[in-house]
Amino acid sequence: MDVLTLSRIQFGATIAFHYLYPPLSIGLGLILVIMEGLWLKTGNDLYHQMARFWTRVFALTFAIGVATGIVMEFEFGTNWASYSRFVGDVFGSALAAEGIFAFFLESGFLAVLLFGWEKVGRKLHFFSTCMVALGAHFSAVWIVVANSWMQTPAGYHIVGEGLKARAEVTDFWQVVFNPSSVERLLHTVCGAWCAGAFLVVSVSAWYLLKQRHVAFARASLKVGLLVALGASLLQGFTGHVSAQGVAKNQPAKLAAFEGLYQTTSNAPLVIAGWVDEKNERTVGLTMPYLLSFLAHNDFHAPVTGLDAFKPADRPPVTASFIFFHGMVGIGFALIGVALLGVWCLYRGNLNQSRWLLWLLVFSVLGPQLANQLGWFAAEVGRQPWLVYGVMRTPEGLSAVVKANVVLTSLILFTVIYFLLFSVFVFLLNDKIQHGPDDADLTPAGKLAWPEHKTH
Amino acid sequence: MHPDLNSIWFVLVGVLFTGYAMLDGFDLGIGALHLFTRTDQERRVMLNAIGPVWDGNEVWLVTGGGALFAAFPNVYATAFSGFYLALMLLLASLIFRAVAIEFRSKRPELWWRRMWDVSFAGGSILSSLLIGTALGNLAWGVPIDAQGEFAGTFLGLLTPYPLLVGITTLALFMMHGAIYGVMKTEDKLHDQLRVWAMRCIIFFVICAVTLSMSTLLYVPHMAVRVREHPWLFTVALANMLAIANIPREFHHGRDGRAFVSSCAAIITLMALFALNLYPNMIYSLPNPENSLTIYNAASSPKTLGIMLIIACIGIPVVVAYTVSIYWIFRGKVKMDRMSY
Repeated sequence: MDVLTLSRIQFGATIAFHYLYPPLSIGLGLILVIMEGLWLKTGNDLYHQMARFWTRVFALTFAIGVATGIVMEFEFGTNWASYSRFVGDVFGSALAAEGIFAFFLESGFLAVLLFGWEKVGRKLHFFSTCMVALGAHFSAVWIVVANSWMQTPAGYHIVGEGLKARAEVTDFWQVVFNPSSVERLLHTVCGAWCAGAFLVVSVSAWYLLKQRHVAFARASLKVGLLVALGASLLQGFTGHVSAQGVAKNQPAKLAAFEGLYQTTSNAPLVIAGWVDEKNERTVGLTMPYLLSFLAHNDFHAPVTGLDAFKPADRPPVTASFIFFHGMVGIGFALIGVALLGVWCLYRGNLNQSRWLLWLLVFSVLGPQLANQLGWFAAEVGRQPWLVYGVMRTPEGLSAVVKANVVLTSLILFTVIYFLLFSVFVFLLNDKIQHGPDDADLTPAGKLAWPEHKTH
Repeated sequence: MHPDLNSIWFVLVGVLFTGYAMLDGFDLGIGALHLFTRTDQERRVMLNAIGPVWDGNEVWLVTGGGALFAAFPNVYATAFSGFYLALMLLLASLIFRAVAIEFRSKRPELWWRRMWDVSFAGGSILSSLLIGTALGNLAWGVPIDAQGEFAGTFLGLLTPYPLLVGITTLALFMMHGAIYGVMKTEDKLHDQLRVWAMRCIIFFVICAVTLSMSTLLYVPHMAVRVREHPWLFTVALANMLAIANIPREFHHGRDGRAFVSSCAAIITLMALFALNLYPNMIYSLPNPENSLTIYNAASSPKTLGIMLIIACIGIPVVVAYTVSIYWIFRGKVKMDRMSY
């Protein structure tokens, strides 16, 4: 394999593995804030127990997220040096801002969140939890801004020629608020909330199935399901807004998502099907007019097809189609699962339906898969560009790095990440089997309630 | 120095990497000393001494890397693609180390704990050596072609002088870690660490003297600025005084001040390195005209200006809460249910 393919595999594999964890940190971060907030508001120590248990799970996902995240930052320079030189002026600022505003906030207050339970008062601890969650959300802001700039570059100009050419900032706020950054950020964060919420839902449902820690599981399930419902509904909405942005800003990508070869008015939406690349058509179950409506709010509007682009400028169609449809399908399924769960919770018969509890147990895989597919769709759909319309992917490679060296590091990472993943699963299972700590039902140290409030 | 934006960013990137060396330095040092401890209890105390803070300390490296990318993209691109294998090894050892801290205490079995003990110590030692060797190569000079690309090989980076800097860095971090350990522990382990700290100081001083002599003999360009401005020799003097102060503080039982001295030693060393490197970022050998400097490798003045605003808002806040968090976790290690 050539150095381009190997570098793309390595970046794709390391980012996909990394991206299992940050959404969990972001989603669990929000849920920790809710749980600890409920504890402070209601004084019910069950919420304290919940916050403590989920903090331990959070710590696990956070640790692996940091360790695999450093790799990502280094890989821009190691494998994509020409890209780094070209975009450093624009992209680097976002990365530096991420370090200063997000990572320090997150990792600093994490110390208090994890180890400060009995060292600081309740309010300061809650403040730290909020700061950790805020830091996790900030980190999403800056990295999505940087990636969105690669999708829809704005606020820059090209200086220099040939090998010395590079993008320089002309307007920082246009870089930050480039045409796709806000909608993509919202979509990414909702996906992260889903990941955290469905993890809580899954573990709680499992406890209910096994009749363990029932009070804890019921209360956790309630918080988890409500966040899951809110997040998955918002996810559908932000997804729609995001897709309209793609239709406007990256028509080739939208055409590939939908397998639309000919520019069509009254374009139909493909619900499920496959792409026949040889004959340049897409076969399957379609809904007439719907794509035109979804993309442009008009049943008759023309939607740009792949025929508007030279073959060299088209993204891989089958892959984009599958990733996009997979993501959307799972997204709708998650809304269904969350609605069903909340409905049964409201009716009070959730405990009786074991099949639903089992469904909830497995629902944790949904957001993870959809998040991965969504990013695959976003990145594959951008091809053959590294920076859309500005720089092609092969142009971004490091000039001095050879294929055998990349192969070596790829093998190294594959081994380490397999090890890491098995250890993660082992420890997560360990924490789940161990369950919440009953000692947490009576907060100690500085967290203890004043005497008159204890019951 | 003229206070232009490029120089300011040279200093800021230097501050971030110095912060990393000062903070993660003691984490790495604790790791390098880890296998010298005998009992499980002692090892847990060592881990929990850095428990709440190691994560935040590593962020200095991430932010330093980000700042280098943003302010000097050519340096970032050339160094990272040129030092490819070395960086991959550094990443692997940092991952093993981080994961070891997190996972060691999760199971009681002996083989499990041994495995992570070795990962933690091995990862810490290898990271220190690699970081030092990279710095050594920057001091010695690396082959850079006319396009600003690295023109050497991986094995070409492992020459005696850079390796000496690597060993010196390991010695420095071990000394720093031992002193941090003295500050955070009690009783038997405390006394033991004090003995180790003294030995590490001797180890470091031997390395530092050897390194200074070889720098003067073989790497004269790294002494030019001090030679031209003799008053800068006070920085080297301050370094030696800071080191000499450590046993004195120990003698008076002021472990905290000993640690501050050790921090001062790191700051002065980094300052000496930066003073002599400036205005180069990557010195090119054998063609100095190809060197990457703070001018030919930098981002546009506009970006440097924007980032300076970001830094001015962000860094004071970061320093404020970093100090508060160290304050909350001050004092000796106390184990509880949440400990590693």
